[in-house]
Amino acid sequence: MSAAINGLTIAVPRGALFDDTVSLLTGLGVDTGELRSNDRKLLFEEIGVITMRPSDVPTYVEAGAADIGITGKDVLAERAIGGAPAAGREVYELLDLGYGRCTMVLASIAGEPDPAVEALRRLGVMRVATKYPRVAAHHLEETGRQAEIVEVKGSVELAPLTGLVEAIVDLTATGTTLRENNLQIREQLFECTARLIANPVAHKLKAAAIDELLERLRAP
Amino acid sequence: MTHPIPSGTRDVLPDEMREMRAITEALREVYERHGYGEVYTPALEYEAVLARADRLGFPPTLPPAYRLFDESGALLALRSDMTVPIARLASTRYAHTQPPLRFCYFAHCYREVRPQRGQPRELLQAGIELLGSPAPQGTAEALTVLCHALDATGLADYRVGLGDASLFPALMAGVGVRDERRAGLLDALVRRDFVELERRLGDAGLPDADAQLLLSVPQRRGGPEVLAGLSGPAADAAGGLRMVHELLEPEVAARVIFDLGLVRSLGYYTGAVFEVYDPALGAPIGGGGRYDELLGRFGRGLPAVGFALGVDRLHIALAGEERGRGAGLTR
Repeated sequence: MSAAINGLTIAVPRGALFDDTVSLLTGLGVDTGELRSNDRKLLFEEIGVITMRPSDVPTYVEAGAADIGITGKDVLAERAIGGAPAAGREVYELLDLGYGRCTMVLASIAGEPDPAVEALRRLGVMRVATKYPRVAAHHLEETGRQAEIVEVKGSVELAPLTGLVEAIVDLTATGTTLRENNLQIREQLFECTARLIANPVAHKLKAAAIDELLERLRAP
Repeated sequence: MTHPIPSGTRDVLPDEMREMRAITEALREVYERHGYGEVYTPALEYEAVLARADRLGFPPTLPPAYRLFDESGALLALRSDMTVPIARLASTRYAHTQPPLRFCYFAHCYREVRPQRGQPRELLQAGIELLGSPAPQGTAEALTVLCHALDATGLADYRVGLGDASLFPALMAGVGVRDERRAGLLDALVRRDFVELERRLGDAGLPDADAQLLLSVPQRRGGPEVLAGLSGPAADAAGGLRMVHELLEPEVAARVIFDLGLVRSLGYYTGAVFEVYDPALGAPIGGGGRYDELLGRFGRGLPAVGFALGVDRLHIALAGEERGRGAGLTR
């Protein structure tokens, strides 16, 4: 018998959610010593943990390569918007874990007039850089504004400063990075926290293991 | 030279085709033995005829993904499942035949896909439809055929999740959730977003005990004990599931997991719904349920039940189980 949580394989996000997730696992009685100390290893079979970037967590869980996983609501929202209706290949979102709290915001260069509003008024369209193209497009569509979405992979803050776009849609925890880059939050889209997700088949076939874990996580 | 084919479609070459054929032959033999005659319907239908399946005032849950005009300007659609074409066929070609009617099919269906997710645009479904046989007998018969068919393919470790599409709506009505709140709650459950379900329940102005009931019941899954402790229409739905279970032969009953949160994304299901799971595959292999109102929309009101298996997924699960056994894994 391994020391994995109830025999479950769990996908753990590297990056901003990593430390809180490791603390959570420690609290559940998992021996996380090697997980903390070795940041090159990806697969920790003896504790049933696989580590990856947060945006890959739903992919592994959906395919059943991990039974459960932890990732941010931002990642889940970006996957859920648009596209075909569920063809039975989805993940279950079971619990709000409460940590990693951030806000999805729309921001532009500080000061008046708001360059994004100006672009919309004079040019009929605002250009928006983001790592979340679906979330951004959906938000602007819902609010009746025409936008040109520019998908970037790295530092989104750079895009408005160089004139690539007039606004960005991005995740922020404290707003410090935005302020340091002379950007001002104009709209708050939604709050994001870490979520526990499960593979639909594991949710049925390993029901007792998953429910017992949920109960322990819900306990104050 | 290489020439592309659309994403989500594929060519099948002889080695794979032989294995797939072995699976479909095993299924067909079982379907036929239980009295289900094979039918074939056109892949292209009139869009307006398929749209009769949609409930008035509700958005279509599985709209056709591919539509085109024929030479006279009529709007055609590629079918997205076989249940609706068979409802059309039964009311047209069997308008006066004494029920029950039993049909099976092996047919390609066409779906919209999300990019880069490995979803099939064209999928081969193998299923049955039993028309004119009400719950619980008809449901029990469909589950029996389902398990016998899977057994015939050699799939060893599968389980069948059994729930009821009317259960959650009955629960909401039972505790008096206001009408305008119901669609949002059901939508959260259909998306399997229990965090959103909990948030919406918190906003619904319900007593804590009722909100807790609506959150916990859809997460109940396991043996017959999960059916206990319900009242009103929800208890009727649970009672219906218990009756189906009691009609099953022991080998079939042993495969069933009750799942009170099971909701299929297709809108025409009215009662019992089920899905097939196997530890060797991360997604359901197939599923089905009762659609007692669908045939009425085509002019022949018969209670009905059916299921479809995804042949490709079944093939992957069989290969996965084989690999597991070969490596001596138990999973």
